[in-house]
Amino acid sequence: MINNQIAKKLKKDFPIFKNNKDLVYLDNASTTQKPKQVINAIKEFYENSNANIHRGIYKISQKATEKYENSKKIIAKFINSSPEEIIFTRNATEGINLLSYTLSSILPKGKDEIVLTEMEHHSNLIPWQQLAKREKMKLKFIKVNPDFTLDMKDAKKKITNKTAILSVAHASNTLGTINPIQELIKIAKKKNTLTIVDAAQSIPHIKVDVKKLDCDFLVFSGHKILGPTGIGVLYGKKHLLEKLKPFNFGGDMIKSVSFENAVWNDSPEKFEAGTQNIIGAIGLGEAIKYIEKIKIKNIEKWEKELMKYAIKKIKKIKGVKIYNSEKNSTGILSFNLKNIHPHDIASLLDDYEIAIRAGHHCTMPLMKKLGISGTARASFYFYNTFEDIDKFIKALNKINEKFNN
Amino acid sequence: MRSLIIKMSHNDLSEKMYREHILELYKNPSNFGEIKNPTHKHTETNSLCGDEITVQMIIKNGKVSDVKFNGSGCVISMVSSSLLTDKIKGMKIEDIKKLTKKDMLKLLNIKINPARLKCALLSLDAVKKTLSPLKQNQGNVTRSKIKGGLN
Repeated sequence: MINNQIAKKLKKDFPIFKNNKDLVYLDNASTTQKPKQVINAIKEFYENSNANIHRGIYKISQKATEKYENSKKIIAKFINSSPEEIIFTRNATEGINLLSYTLSSILPKGKDEIVLTEMEHHSNLIPWQQLAKREKMKLKFIKVNPDFTLDMKDAKKKITNKTAILSVAHASNTLGTINPIQELIKIAKKKNTLTIVDAAQSIPHIKVDVKKLDCDFLVFSGHKILGPTGIGVLYGKKHLLEKLKPFNFGGDMIKSVSFENAVWNDSPEKFEAGTQNIIGAIGLGEAIKYIEKIKIKNIEKWEKELMKYAIKKIKKIKGVKIYNSEKNSTGILSFNLKNIHPHDIASLLDDYEIAIRAGHHCTMPLMKKLGISGTARASFYFYNTFEDIDKFIKALNKINEKFNN
Repeated sequence: MRSLIIKMSHNDLSEKMYREHILELYKNPSNFGEIKNPTHKHTETNSLCGDEITVQMIIKNGKVSDVKFNGSGCVISMVSSSLLTDKIKGMKIEDIKKLTKKDMLKLLNIKINPARLKCALLSLDAVKKTLSPLKQNQGNVTRSKIKGGLN
């Protein structure tokens, strides 16, 4: 269980709050802060067993390899897959790019449509626009309801026998909406469609079980779940990864090489060319260990409480408009205040040491649909407290007074 | 009730960005509106922030005899439009063309956070494009977008 008291205690694991005493950090959907356990693991590795992995015959290289591989085991267990189904990438964006460049060889025959939703982050849109242009495929978008949930009736209409790929955000980075991903995948499976889940905004906040979801592929970024930047994960079903062609070519992804030709390594190594982000992998492994210790279920529950508290308070501010379904959502609260540009809200909150994000949140088509240029977005994590929200609301009231009096 | 002790600390840089007179100017900008028969007109948008400024001018004998702007945007872009249109009224076109980023920031006379620089310079861009030779004596609406800004 996490309550306000425990959240305060957990916050002490994060040195950034010791070094920035007044900081109210509400930009967790952008990136999370790092606990000392992750920072120490990185320091410990560089100081005690830094070496390249896989090729070294000596002890510290073997130790480095072990740590790297162990991270895959930790991550695999966390999402209920096996380590050979885990490919390290730079981030969720790179995972989707890898897929958009390599899926062609396994796309079901006679299908030429890609189905996304109107709430996708640009990273789950632009790679598919490019694939559609290269392969002369068609893009379709499942509609977002006026209450900011996904229109499942429309989903059933859009996913057809022509659908080759369904790629959907598990949770929206702008609205916080948690999509009924299992149901979507079930619909897609009936149409023999490849399914991809963008879990960048879900995996830090709710349980993600790839077996239960039955998705073919899933991507996420490490830095949004307490890990370092520059490390991400692509999960793929083993039999599909085996069929995919490599994306990057070079060292370590081969079995044998002649001057003219090369034989690819097995998956996942064939996707990991060149020296990998070893420290990133180790840091991410440690981050997941931390999450497992406090349990994702508890995180989900606490975030729901924070959201309930925040929504109740923000609704009392005159002229506020909330972009949240208030149903099934992660700790993301998008809003606007009448007569105040979101960038001004963010700049003014910064005066009170409150960090939020403002703008289109890399979802420009969604903004256009909502008829706005952007929103202010506060996003919570388990180390946030009721006091953080109180400070945020009090500052918002002051800003509102300044503009609307 | 939860007890609430809040220490509001202030960041100097941003604090200066929203000084009282700046907010006043935002609420009551100079030269906001439309000119009936402009000789020059241009709309500049920053699609990333959604800011949009339309500048209208009457240019006579190589000088700006009247200028107005309208549109929507953040405090910084609206206030800079207000200050800039005040400054260029009566100015020679050749002199307006020479205005730089430095001049614009001097005119604003507030510290601009690097993340907000694009907002401060949108109006200068709009004004210069209004003057572009292609648009002389046309009075047509021309539009262009600038890249950058916050995302």
